[in-house]
Amino acid sequence: MSRRARLGLFACAGPALAVVLVLGFRGLPAFGHYHGVYGLVVNGVELSLRHATDMVTALNFDLRAFDTLGEEFILFAAVTGVALLLRELRDESQRGSAADDGAHSFSGASDGLRGASLLLVPLIVALGVYIVLHGALTPGGGFQGGLVLAAGPLAALLAGRYLALKRLAPHAALEVLDALGAAAYALLGLGGLVFASIYVKNFLPLGIPGHLLSGGFMALNSIAVGLEVTGAFLLTWTEFLDQALLIRRRSERS
Amino acid sequence: MTVVQIMALAVVALGGGAVVAVSDPLRQVLLLSIYGVALALLFFAFQAPDVALSEIVVSALGLPLIILAALRKIRQHERSQDEDSGAR
Repeated sequence: MSRRARLGLFACAGPALAVVLVLGFRGLPAFGHYHGVYGLVVNGVELSLRHATDMVTALNFDLRAFDTLGEEFILFAAVTGVALLLRELRDESQRGSAADDGAHSFSGASDGLRGASLLLVPLIVALGVYIVLHGALTPGGGFQGGLVLAAGPLAALLAGRYLALKRLAPHAALEVLDALGAAAYALLGLGGLVFASIYVKNFLPLGIPGHLLSGGFMALNSIAVGLEVTGAFLLTWTEFLDQALLIRRRSERS
Repeated sequence: MTVVQIMALAVVALGGGAVVAVSDPLRQVLLLSIYGVALALLFFAFQAPDVALSEIVVSALGLPLIILAALRKIRQHERSQDEDSGAR
């Protein structure tokens, strides 16, 4: 299609889309004016019946914990697919051992940047652990905290130390973390079947609202999801970075 | 709607347009990363701090990193093909 034809098509379709969008948005309630019933019911129930102060986590990890099971396995399947597609092929080989660790540092990474990244790794990991554990109390939870946890080791990449990142988060450990988190979530659901005779139903004492150990099994679900998300995202990143930095086709090496 | 919310919306609209308008993939990735931060601020301004947290990591860090790695791999491949054709 020529440039002229494309512009012509846009001149017709663009305004039409704009009209439909404006008409659609005019029908929306204003921001902060919620008219649904479900949200109000959930808001009323979660603090009194579930002892959680963060409604979103209570919804994800208790009221609709079964949905989260499905979402978790979507992530698991996606990451398995990435790992399968980016595996080392027969005519490829991986270079990079402890011996040429220094070969992957950027020439531009100053001592200050390296020191800062050394400081960043524990700080980001601590923030991630906090967000995972306080899922039932404050905004956050397993998914958000897991993402922050996964970003921690990446700070080593900022200093150009990819092999240090690989040592901090070894491939096998990430795979175990991913699988363990997914399995733990499914098993926690089974715990509901055993102790409360309904799958993914809370079977732990609810505790006092606002305390760290409140909300029943939400905290455990949050930890399981946190582990899985950490493993899943770090696995994806290291698979891609392996391809870009370490894996070469045999013919390219000579 | 507060001033902060209107400003966040404007920045996101500008950023989204900028990401589409730039054609060089490398610059597009860097813009996408900045756009991710803007989007996170938007979510924060609209009282969704948990979404903002995941948006910062996914959009400002995770996705650009994957695209950067893919770009580097493509360039390596192109370079090795150039060398092959040059040798013949």
